[in-house]
Amino acid sequence: MTFTLNEEQRLLKDAARDFCSEQTPVSRLRKERDAKKNGRDPELWREMAQMGWAGIIVPEEYGGAGLGYVGLGAVLEETGRTLAPSPLLSTAMIGASALILGGGDAQKAQWLPKIASGEAIVAFAVDDGAHHAPGRSALKVGGGKISGEKKYVADGHIAEVFIVSGADGLYLVKADAAGVSRRELFTVDSRGAADVTFKDAPTEALSGGAATRDAVLDRARIGLAAEMLGQAQAAFEMTSEYLKTRKQFGQVIGGFQALQHRAAKMFTELELTRSCVYAALDALDRNAENVAEYASLAKARAGDTVHLVSNECVQMHGGIGMTDEHDAGLFLKRARVAEALFGGATFHRDRYASLLGF
Amino acid sequence: MADIESFREETRAWLETNCPPSMRTPMAGEDDAVWGGRNYQFKNPEAKLWLERMGAKGWTAPMWPKDYGGGGLNNDENRVLQSEMRRIQARPPLFSFGIWMLGPVLLEYANEEQKKEYLPKIVRGEIRWCQGYSEPGAGSDLAGLQTKCEDKGDHWLINGQKVWTSYANYADWCFCLVRTDTSVKHEGISFVLIDMTTPGVETRPIKLISGSSPFCETFFTDVKISKGNMVGRLNGGWEIAKRLLMYERTNISGFGSNTRVDVIDLARDHVGLEGGKLVDADLRARISAHKMAERAYALTTARAQEEAKAGANVSHMASMFKVAGATLNQERCELMVEAAGNRGLGWSGEGFAPEELAVTRSWLRSKGNSIEGGTTEVNLNVVAKRVLGLRDTQ
Repeated sequence: MTFTLNEEQRLLKDAARDFCSEQTPVSRLRKERDAKKNGRDPELWREMAQMGWAGIIVPEEYGGAGLGYVGLGAVLEETGRTLAPSPLLSTAMIGASALILGGGDAQKAQWLPKIASGEAIVAFAVDDGAHHAPGRSALKVGGGKISGEKKYVADGHIAEVFIVSGADGLYLVKADAAGVSRRELFTVDSRGAADVTFKDAPTEALSGGAATRDAVLDRARIGLAAEMLGQAQAAFEMTSEYLKTRKQFGQVIGGFQALQHRAAKMFTELELTRSCVYAALDALDRNAENVAEYASLAKARAGDTVHLVSNECVQMHGGIGMTDEHDAGLFLKRARVAEALFGGATFHRDRYASLLGF
Repeated sequence: MADIESFREETRAWLETNCPPSMRTPMAGEDDAVWGGRNYQFKNPEAKLWLERMGAKGWTAPMWPKDYGGGGLNNDENRVLQSEMRRIQARPPLFSFGIWMLGPVLLEYANEEQKKEYLPKIVRGEIRWCQGYSEPGAGSDLAGLQTKCEDKGDHWLINGQKVWTSYANYADWCFCLVRTDTSVKHEGISFVLIDMTTPGVETRPIKLISGSSPFCETFFTDVKISKGNMVGRLNGGWEIAKRLLMYERTNISGFGSNTRVDVIDLARDHVGLEGGKLVDADLRARISAHKMAERAYALTTARAQEEAKAGANVSHMASMFKVAGATLNQERCELMVEAAGNRGLGWSGEGFAPEELAVTRSWLRSKGNSIEGGTTEVNLNVVAKRVLGLRDTQ
């Protein structure tokens, strides 16, 4: 196991940090929200794809970089820092993983080059209802046709292809196929999503059944946890900076012990969570046996941490933190969505207990 | 790489020959810990043999220089030794404040003569040390300590009282913070070494809520010590004191990892499973969260070690680890009592199994984790100020 980036991963991360701070600072999300873009930013996605991010884990023979999950996780963490609105997680992490793990040769040849180039946006349609329950889906598949409903599909409103999760495995459905209809959702994080209905829509199964589904879900969780780590880190830095500059009672408020201890607590939680996220990414690259444990650990811890930090970010900023003009609210909103996607902390604590056998 | 592999083979062979059979079984409890010292009574002759052999090899302090009795191992070799010891479930040959706390600061601050005198005896477990830090009026505000140390020309004269001196009643020597200048606070403290058999030294055990007495009050009345017993310069003791606290905090924060009965097993036995899940859903969720926190802590320790190896300075993390480790151990002990139900509420007698009584006593003992070695509150202050750079109230 290692927590340290190699030279290649380090360069990738540094480039991602520069790109995000210059090209897509938090103000970009704000501007798009104000313009009601609902997460549509094809130009940003094109630039990210040009950086090679869409194909980080795609094998070289399919036009990707053939690098590992640690590298992709480092980029996701950086995009989390500035709340960069893009389908990077859905496409580069989830879509590419699904095809690498469950795609046949023809499916890989058809989709992986388009994923790596950024041409095809993928969305992962998982939940039938309001809560994450991948094992309980009413999806019906037979004779190459798929029927069912999926709620709150992240990037579902901009996707060209869906990876659909059923109780027995994963299915590939083109968004423009007959029998597919979607309703665009305007979401609290301004990133957008869609409710999707499949009515005898043509589909192809991915191989590996529920095992592939769980493996892809775990990659989704770990990738999202990396993004959440970046969000939490940025919200913490913003808060910490405010504690050092805001004056009340004739002194900076960071001098008050009531706030110091809470800041120290946040720092500790962040460091603990960072180790879980890095270990989980490393477990993917090592092809470790207990990836499921790492995924639930990383997602639950990242959820709890970003929840704590984004709430404290608002509270410690006081009134200004409640205003639309301040970024604290944008972090709070994205945090809440990320917490719920692919299972909240409650879901993952339950799963972790089962994995540990109690 | 070939070197480290041959070191592994040699180490494995040596341990195979030298680690006695009863030292390859898990410790039943704290009573099995060997502390050494002049008056130590070994319960088990094999424990004595094991200590002597490991001490002679320097492997009770594997990374200390050979010149001072240590093992002279580098990082990689030490890792091999630890993994080989784990492989055969070898018990630690020696529990020692000398190794955990005093030794590292002597290596850094003591003069050559002091190192030659004290370190080898620590390695061999011949001298048992205790820590004279806290005083009745100086707990969290440690630098407010008042134990007086006067220059009497050919010797130092010490008067005062220490408290929370761990195992002072068994210790041979005490490393002690004393006041050598009353006109200033931090800059008036010195670090001295006191033989506990010196006339005027008295100890009195303190009984804790757990029923055990790991701590003492220690009194110094006109205690004369040699001029050579001061470590570092006169009035330069605070820096040494802080460095030692860092080692102590790292050590205390590791307490929880050495668990005997797992809370999951305890809950399975006493709460029961239904459909593979613990019957008490709320307890199950809290144990799961605790297990995650435990894993996160272990991973963070591993990450800090990796970063330290790569040359990063992670010393500032000690206070964070102390807080997180204490919280984790207390949480674990609380969950153990809860999972054990009424089996975790015994105090003594044959109505409860020894491991059940241990659950109760460990829970009570763990309350001290967030107090000893710097309270959680003081350590959070350290993180806020030194790590986060938050300014103190003027």
